[in-house]
Formats: sequence, C-alpha cells, structure tokens
Amino acid sequence: MQHIITQPYTREKLAALKTGDRVLLSGTIYAARDTAHRRLVELIEEGRELPFELKGAIVYYMGPTPAKPGYPSGSAGPTTSYRMDSFTPALLDKGLIGMIGKGPRGREVVEAAMAHGAVYFAAIGGAAALIAGSIKSSEVVAFAELGTEAVRRIEVENMPLVVALDSSGRDIYEIRPGLSQNR
Amino acid sequence: MREIDVKQVSDAISRLYIDANHHLGEDVTTCLRDCANREKTTLAKDVFETIEKNIGIAGEGVFPLCQDTGMACVFMEIGQDVHFTGGDLTDAVNEGVRRGCLEGFLRQTIVRDPFDRVNTGDSTPADINMTVVPGDRVKITVAPKGFGSENMSRIKMLPPAAGVKGAEDFIVETCSLAGGNPCPPIIVGVGIGGSFTSAPLMARKALLRPVGSRNASEFYREMEIRLLERINGLGIGPQGFGGETTALAVNVIAAPTHIAGMPVAVNINCHVSRHKEVIL
Repeated sequence: MQHIITQPYTREKLAALKTGDRVLLSGTIYAARDTAHRRLVELIEEGRELPFELKGAIVYYMGPTPAKPGYPSGSAGPTTSYRMDSFTPALLDKGLIGMIGKGPRGREVVEAAMAHGAVYFAAIGGAAALIAGSIKSSEVVAFAELGTEAVRRIEVENMPLVVALDSSGRDIYEIRPGLSQNR
Repeated sequence: MREIDVKQVSDAISRLYIDANHHLGEDVTTCLRDCANREKTTLAKDVFETIEKNIGIAGEGVFPLCQDTGMACVFMEIGQDVHFTGGDLTDAVNEGVRRGCLEGFLRQTIVRDPFDRVNTGDSTPADINMTVVPGDRVKITVAPKGFGSENMSRIKMLPPAAGVKGAEDFIVETCSLAGGNPCPPIIVGVGIGGSFTSAPLMARKALLRPVGSRNASEFYREMEIRLLERINGLGIGPQGFGGETTALAVNVIAAPTHIAGMPVAVNINCHVSRHKEVIL
C-alpha cells in the first residue's frame, strides 16, 4: 500500500501506516547523525534550548555530499540507524515523531517508539542520488563546524520511504515482508 | 629504470576517486538486473528498481551514487623498475584524494582522530596499500569504501580443527549478524589463511574481483557457490526487507598460513561496490 504523508505530522496520520507500506513524504525534516545526536542529548540533559523543535519532528539519519552550484543538495541517502539507538529514546521523550534511516533498531528504540506512537521509516540505502531529487532546500541550522554532520533543515517533496517500524511495533527486519511466503 | 612523475599518480587518483563514485562496474549492474528478476515480491523488486534508477542518475555525473563517498582505499602495484620523481609518493596519493574530494564535490568523510573526531576537510588521508611487483608499470586501484558495510566486517582466528565447516559457519554468521545494516544486497570478500595482518587485506582485495567471476581453484570455487547459496538462504533480502537476494557474490582469497592457525576475515561491501583502476 502507498501513502502520502504531509505536514503537520501527527500520531493519527502515522497510525494508519503499516510496516512494509510505501510512503511519499513531503514537508520539513531534520538531518542529524552520530555527533549531532550526542550533542542534542547533551543539550537535553543540561536542560538547554534545542536548535529545532523536536515536538512533531521527523529526523533523518543522513550526512550529504556537498551541493554542487545550482543544486539544493548533494547526494543524500540514509546512514545506518543503530548507531543512533542509544540517543533516540531521549529524543522521543521530547516529542520526536518519526525517524528515517536504514537497518534494524535496538529493543530500546522499538519499545520507546511504540510507547510514543512514533514511526521509523527506511530510505533505500545506496540510493542517495535518487533521494537527492526529493530535496527542494537544505539549510544548516546547528553545529555547522561538523560539516556533513551538521544539523540541517530539509524540505522534501515526495521522498520515497518504506515503513520499517509501525506504531504497533511491527519490525520489517523481523517479519521480512519482501520474502515470498511460498519460498 | 622508468621514471614516473608523482604528479601523474595524483592526477590518476583524483580522476578514479570521482569516477568510481559515479559509475558502477558492469559486473555489478548486470548481476543486480539478474537478481531483480529472481525476486518474488513487489517490495523486493521495488528495492532493485530504486537501485537501478539511482545508478542511472549518478551516471549523469552530478550526484554521487551514495552520500558515503567512502574512505579512499588505494591499492598500488608498483613495478620494481619504476623510479618515482617529483616528490613524496604517499603525499602524491593523498593529494589525489584531496583534489578528487574537493573538485568532485565528494563528501568529507574522514576524521583526524577516533576520539576527537575533527573532520580533516578533504577525506585524507587515504587507506594506502602498496606492493612491489616485477616490471616497469604501476597499477593504481581506487576503491572508495562505505562504512555502513565496513562496520559489519569481522575476523576470527579459528583453529585448524574448525575445518571447512567452521570457516563457512563463521562467514555465514557474519552476514546473518550484519542483517539489514550494510545495505544488502552485499558483496562478501573473504580472506582465509595468512595472519592477523594479511587475512583482512585478502578479504578487502577479494572485493575487487569482478562479481560473477570464478575462483581459479575448484575447491574454493565450490566453497564460494556453497556460501552464496547459504547466505541467500538467510532471507535477509534487499535492504533487509526480506527476499531472495542477500548477497550478489562471495569472493574468496586463500593463502598459506601457520601450522597452528586458520584466520578467517570477512569484509562486507554494499551493493554500491566501487573500484576503478588504471595502469601507468
């Protein structure tokens, strides 16, 4: 089944998604990966202001190639998500509603995501040139000194995703819906 | 004695680094197409379709295949009758990587220290491997390596008693543990024998062998076929969503080893298996 998801991202919209469904996502997402996650969690622990509102936000685990002149972004595929697992529950507690990456998540993320009605999407790893075509604008909003690892606010249009973990906790990497039942 | 200016080395590496990040080898693209036809579900077929479209877009030269444009792994086979002039050879290799990264708009992907993690700003230094061979030519291979798959690689110092079964079980287990993380369908490079130094290097070099090529030895050729069947039997499938294709190829390199040991190294590569070479 294919869905179109637009802003505002709400739990009600996400609740309609089932693991294995295809999604075209349009709206604002925030790119953050390893070091940015560590810093975001440090800010939360210190009770300081975050560089963007996590409530209702979708985070994309991604560090792009530099944009060539005249293009809004460089190549922009997902990085492996498990490296963000230890930081993710703290972000979900602050209202994060969606995550985009690739590969399986740890138990702590699956449980926290279920508890918050959040959804984890998979983008196709290694399809970075194709995904770049969905990006309409990209702007560094925090930690600019990290270069490709800086936090970016990204406007996407019809970004192709697959639901990897729906709000009921069904995990694509466990149930493997791509495998034929008549194998 | 043949003289080669190191500037030629920089120029070649810069060009190969960019080229590898936009154009996959035909061995990989052909195999991807064959595997797509074997998938039985829409979800698995869709992944292959996305990968094929991506290859087409990257080939136009604006967007690299993957945002992880890789650690620049550079292999040089240097003829013993070659004399490099014009500067330090290692500096020239890194200059090629630096220029490839900056001029090709590749990602700045290397940090200067594992703990302070400050980006070097130009993807240097390269991961360099040089060997000396007969002759007066220089073969340069640039293989940008993504770390989603690199992080899933393993080595085990098996005892000789582990035998063929022990080695194969470890290789399959490594792919199983990797699951959907390394962007399957994967290519599995295996180094068996040698030492703790050389086994991973053999596994790395095995990734340079064309997908679909056969090991020259019948024993290892059969091992590769058995391993590929078992790994695809795991059902991990493209992207880990489930499916018929978990690996495109298993390439094994074996070497003499110690009477007490049987090192087995497994270097996993994603479907964006990049390497380009030139002979100077």
